[in-house]
Amino acid sequence: MKVVAKKPESLTEAKYHYCPGCTHGIIHRLIAEVMDELQIREETIGICPVGCAVLAYNYFNCDMLEAAHGRAPAVATGIKRLLPQNTVFTYQGDGDLASIGLGEIMHASIRGELITVFFVNNAIYGMTGGQMAPTTLLGQVTTTSPYGRKKEDSGYPVKMAEILALNQGSAYISRVSLHNPANVIKAKKAIKKALETQKNREGFSMVEILSTCPTNWGMNPLEALKWLEQEMIPYYPLGDFVSKKEA
Amino acid sequence: MKKVLMKGNEALAQGAIDGGCRSYFGYPITPSSEIAEYMARKLPLLGGVFLQAESELAAINMVYGAAATGARVMTATSGPGMSLKQEGISFLAEAELPCLLVNISRGGPGLGGIQPAQSDYFQATRGGGHGDYHIMVLAPNNVQEMMDFAIEGFALADHYRIPVMIMAEGTLGQMMEPVIQRESVPLLTDKPWATDGCKNRKPNIINTLHLSPDVLEQRNMILSDKYQEIKRSEKKAETFMIEDADYIVVAFGLLSRVAKKAIMELRQQGMKMGLIRPITLWPFPDEVIHQAAPQVKKFISIEISMGQMIEDVRLAVNGMAPVEFMGRIGSVPSPQEITRRLAQMVEGEIK
Repeated sequence: MKVVAKKPESLTEAKYHYCPGCTHGIIHRLIAEVMDELQIREETIGICPVGCAVLAYNYFNCDMLEAAHGRAPAVATGIKRLLPQNTVFTYQGDGDLASIGLGEIMHASIRGELITVFFVNNAIYGMTGGQMAPTTLLGQVTTTSPYGRKKEDSGYPVKMAEILALNQGSAYISRVSLHNPANVIKAKKAIKKALETQKNREGFSMVEILSTCPTNWGMNPLEALKWLEQEMIPYYPLGDFVSKKEA
Repeated sequence: MKKVLMKGNEALAQGAIDGGCRSYFGYPITPSSEIAEYMARKLPLLGGVFLQAESELAAINMVYGAAATGARVMTATSGPGMSLKQEGISFLAEAELPCLLVNISRGGPGLGGIQPAQSDYFQATRGGGHGDYHIMVLAPNNVQEMMDFAIEGFALADHYRIPVMIMAEGTLGQMMEPVIQRESVPLLTDKPWATDGCKNRKPNIINTLHLSPDVLEQRNMILSDKYQEIKRSEKKAETFMIEDADYIVVAFGLLSRVAKKAIMELRQQGMKMGLIRPITLWPFPDEVIHQAAPQVKKFISIEISMGQMIEDVRLAVNGMAPVEFMGRIGSVPSPQEITRRLAQMVEGEIK
């Protein structure tokens, strides 16, 4: 018999705590598969955010830390500077990265820090129960924008990939989506490229991953995938924003 | 080794290097910046890491990451910066990550001033951030101790897996005195808990989240046991002429030297004065104060604050003698001023 699919070694046996239809599980698996393929599990150190993925240290089968809210890129910097030969990644949501941790992510990118950031953008705060994020779309209803996000009050949704692409320290910045299998495969390619960018010491790398939050969006998983495709992608275009090797 | 003339901040930085520190993350702030500048010059030459962070918040979290790898790491700042670091210090305490923190302290609250102060005593000795925790706090009173305590601080930090703070008035950072450099200590101790890649072992996890109430309580008990052990073993104070003293001054840091001068002057005038100088501010050396209390007419806590350490002095005295306060803000009082005011207090002239 031929094995066509198996659990990556870079994932533990622990069961995910994520809600049905949530895309965190897919992202964890993609990262773990790439870690296996690049054979970097034993040299990798991952940093969890505060947010739904705060417990990711239970799922990745490598050395893991949990950081204060938004500070993962600073923690990653401390690790990478002391262990320059190891692979260091952060896994952050939109509240963590684009709101409270904006300073840390911005300067990690400015410094060209040799870390890889997996940025999960689902346009809402998940763990705290569906509050507005900096990435929440205009008109989107959340518990703290009950009449829909208004630009007059909260400005426009932030485009982190485009912003960080402006920094010369950024070597690979890409935005991918998980709304169908073809795009999941593309997302995996981007994750691999980001980790290779770090390995090749080219500079800072980030993959922004458009994701769903059926629970807090008030949708079933299929509706959520459709909403991601129809509402999020037009505002958050997919593709590579920086790719130094191609430049 | 021969004596060299050094500034307090530079002696502390050199002490840290001699104590095995090869990584520094910080943000400039007066009157502590010479520590960062010294490290920026020296560490790259030693194959170490110096990084000027974008903020105090980032700096303390870089310390968190570096400490997690098992490295000896430090940061230095002054009051306003230490306030910003408190979130990270709470995380460091719970994650039990050793590191050296330095507060070359200035007056507050708010932006305050850049003159020396001791008004961060509460922040340093009560934990400072959220949750039940302590850090160890050492208070040098001369430039030699700035150097020595940095070396000792790293040893204590590694031994107890705890952040250790050196707190010194700005003056101590800025003034020059001759110092004798000690031998360097071995660089790294064995840290099996470090997150440095899981080759040939199970993955290590460093976290501070404990959603189960039972686990959280257990974690707090483990920390509390450690703090009790530190209280039993690490209290440190210097005493001066307390054996026959009717009046005991309690003062720490540079101010303790000024107080000592005043006490010697008053001794010559026939007043039986003595000094207790806490060297560890946490754990506070309460026993030496408590033991002296039955024979003492009055304790006087002298501080460059509006009265913070006096609360610990009162707890140690436990009602056995009156405890009075003398404080200044914005400058170190002169020996003459302390002598005059102590004489007045002793004679009961100050109401």
